Amino acid sequence: MHPVLKLVIQRLALGLLLLLAASVLIFVGTQILPGDVAQAILGQGATPEALANLRSELGLDEPAFTRYIEWLSSALQGDLGTALSNGRDIASSIGGRLQNTLFLAAVAACISVPLAIFLGLLAVRYRDRWPDKLISAITLTSISLPEFLLGYVIMYFFSVQWGLFPSVSNINSGMSFLEKLNAVALPAMVLTLVVLAHMMRMTRAAILNVMQSAYVETAELKGLRRFTIIARHAMPNAIAPIVNVVMINLAYLVVGVVVIEVVFVYPGMGQYLVDHVAKRDVPVVQACGLIFATIYIGLNILADVISILSNPRLRHPK
Amino acid sequence: MPDNLLEIKNLRIEATVYAPGEKPRDVVIVDDVSLSLARGKVMGLIGESGAGKSTIGLSALSYGRGGIRLSGGEIRLNGKQIRGASPSVLRSLRGKEVTYVAQSAAAAFNPAKKLMEQVTEAALKHGVMSKDEAEKRAVELFRTLSLPDPENFGNRYPHQVSGGQLQRAMTAMALCPKPDLVIFDEPTTALDVTTQIDVLAAIKTAIAETGVAALYITHDLAVVAQVSDEIMVLRHGKMVEHGTVQQIIEAPREEYTQALISVRSIEHEQMQPTPAPLLKVDGVFARYGSMSKDVLSDVSVELHPGQTLALVGESGSGKSTMARVITGLLPPRQGEITFDGKPLPPALKQRSREELRELQMIYQMADVAMNPRQTVATIIGRPLEFYFGLRGRKRDERVQELLDAIELGKGFGDRYPAELSGGQKQRVCIARALAAKPKLIICDEVTSALDPLVADGILKLLLDLQKREGVAYLFITHDIATVRAIADSIAVMYQGRVQRYGPKDQVLSPPFDDYTDLLLSSVPEMELGWLEKVLAHRKMTSAGN
Repeated sequence: MHPVLKLVIQRLALGLLLLLAASVLIFVGTQILPGDVAQAILGQGATPEALANLRSELGLDEPAFTRYIEWLSSALQGDLGTALSNGRDIASSIGGRLQNTLFLAAVAACISVPLAIFLGLLAVRYRDRWPDKLISAITLTSISLPEFLLGYVIMYFFSVQWGLFPSVSNINSGMSFLEKLNAVALPAMVLTLVVLAHMMRMTRAAILNVMQSAYVETAELKGLRRFTIIARHAMPNAIAPIVNVVMINLAYLVVGVVVIEVVFVYPGMGQYLVDHVAKRDVPVVQACGLIFATIYIGLNILADVISILSNPRLRHPK
Repeated sequence: MPDNLLEIKNLRIEATVYAPGEKPRDVVIVDDVSLSLARGKVMGLIGESGAGKSTIGLSALSYGRGGIRLSGGEIRLNGKQIRGASPSVLRSLRGKEVTYVAQSAAAAFNPAKKLMEQVTEAALKHGVMSKDEAEKRAVELFRTLSLPDPENFGNRYPHQVSGGQLQRAMTAMALCPKPDLVIFDEPTTALDVTTQIDVLAAIKTAIAETGVAALYITHDLAVVAQVSDEIMVLRHGKMVEHGTVQQIIEAPREEYTQALISVRSIEHEQMQPTPAPLLKVDGVFARYGSMSKDVLSDVSVELHPGQTLALVGESGSGKSTMARVITGLLPPRQGEITFDGKPLPPALKQRSREELRELQMIYQMADVAMNPRQTVATIIGRPLEFYFGLRGRKRDERVQELLDAIELGKGFGDRYPAELSGGQKQRVCIARALAAKPKLIICDEVTSALDPLVADGILKLLLDLQKREGVAYLFITHDIATVRAIADSIAVMYQGRVQRYGPKDQVLSPPFDDYTDLLLSSVPEMELGWLEKVLAHRKMTSAGN
């Protein structure tokens, strides 16, 4: 077997194992919470008989291990159970919201990743000169501000003052792609500002590290332009660290956007999760936890695989 | 068109050094150097490290590494003054009119790109030729440089070819855009001798066929004598002597040049084996970790008290692994080591302090073998405390004795390693090994990082100490000249086996086995036409087979 294939399969297997471990943690975590679902449904005034009946009806009297296996196997088949608070099927109510969250994350990623890498390259090109310092100053300022404040500031100017984009990002399935883009413009902008600095700084650092190499001098002595050297000779050797940071930020765009969703009243996963945590809706919390863990682990495994594939020594063994 | 391709007049190069704890100051690296090079000629720049030869070479591309400034004088290439020219002017001539071959091709190639793309890049960037033409030329150059499978060689990545091939590929990269001038900066220094001779021959052929002019930078006079028309000798950034190859080799005028040529004039009378060997390595096999192949197989050698056994071989032949096995860092898989009549425990941890004391080691890189935050007296004093419990005045006196033994004066005890030169550092390492009063010192390539004249001094010191203290040396080296100078017996290593072993006079006299013959005949000799002679000899013997 090709050694790269072996490495990639190893990574994927490791990812699955990690995911399994995460699912155990999620399940155990929700079990440790005081009270149980039956109590939550029936409230404080429930009679012990009613509680016992409901418990056996919900299968809560089974051993924890049996319940875990059942939960996991039905989750794998796409059945995430029923929400306690409103009795709706979780999978179908999450479906649309997950799509919205992914859409917003994708828009933010499409802007922020290329922009961060380009700014990183630019910062290296003009290292220690004013463009580098300006880029660092702006991105560091934007990452230092709390995201809700950033959200309100941007909302004030772009929506209230200039009326360019809507301040409430309401989207539904009936809207065209452009209408949707228009709706998420402001939250995407805020998210971009939040994740830009980290990725840009890492790109800059990773490439500067490579710029010390002898082959960069070789390229310089070939009479290549500085930007060509950075983009064509240095960048391909700095992919691994850059991809890792990009993936961490992409994961953040999916799982960490609760605050932004609340600020812009965006119908995504984050708000849904917050709503149901407040109602102690354990099945929903478990389902969201599982989805977030999948996305987080999946993206990080993807980063590992890309790092492996970007290494010519592994791709083309002797 | 002016007569000379490259004209350097009164060149002055400076750099700012930022020594810790001091104010930044300017130092002159090259001072008042002038040279002119006609089209199609090859000039050798020779000197020890710090002579400024690479700096002068790079100045022909108007390039200064780090904080180096070309601060004065003229550099004319094809009649144009290029010192202080604008970046866009410099870009238009680098990689087109003048190209560069670096010492370490392994580092100078981008690991992420195929060789063909890198070899043709400059030619394409400067619009010298079309992509098809450039690739055709690259394949031709690969063929001229006798690279294997020239048609497909360019499809490989740098890590997929050997060091010697990579060095030739770098030469192809420099020649591809049809430059007027190529700067060769120690292109064969990092290679084994048997590889060096092939690369040297390939470079010489390529220079002759393309008619390019070259500056050939090296510290090895014997090498430069094979490829150049004229030679300039440099020292401390100044020109010492300049002349034709013949004049420099056969009738050097300056004392310094004469010293460079007559280096390795050490007299050492070979000693005969004694009945009781000090160290006996018997049938040793060793491998690293879970490797499936042995790095050492069936190695048996003996070293007699007060004598020197030289282990010679190319990189990867297992010489340094031998040192690791003997010191106990890598316990052998099979076989036994006897020291002073008693079997030596295989692993370091099982050895007694006395066993450790009797066997000391000196390393190739003296800089990294010493703690930079300890003074020389602390470094030398440590084994005195550790093995003999010496303290206070007694220790200081012994340290002073040792400093005298290595010919360093009184003040050196208070210095830090950073304040010493390369040769002085290696002397301190020798003193540290001697402090333990060992019976055997393993010297692992102790002179290969040093300039020839400095190395000569170290070898003389080692022989001197051997006579006085009766210590035996296991001398690991790839340098045949060093072996000739100091060994009593020799083991030639090849691919983890002892290829040839015996007293020096036997090992170095015919009849040779094939490998030893190849190794010995590859060592450059300070003689005009040596390269052609060796190659012709090899062609004949290979035709005869």
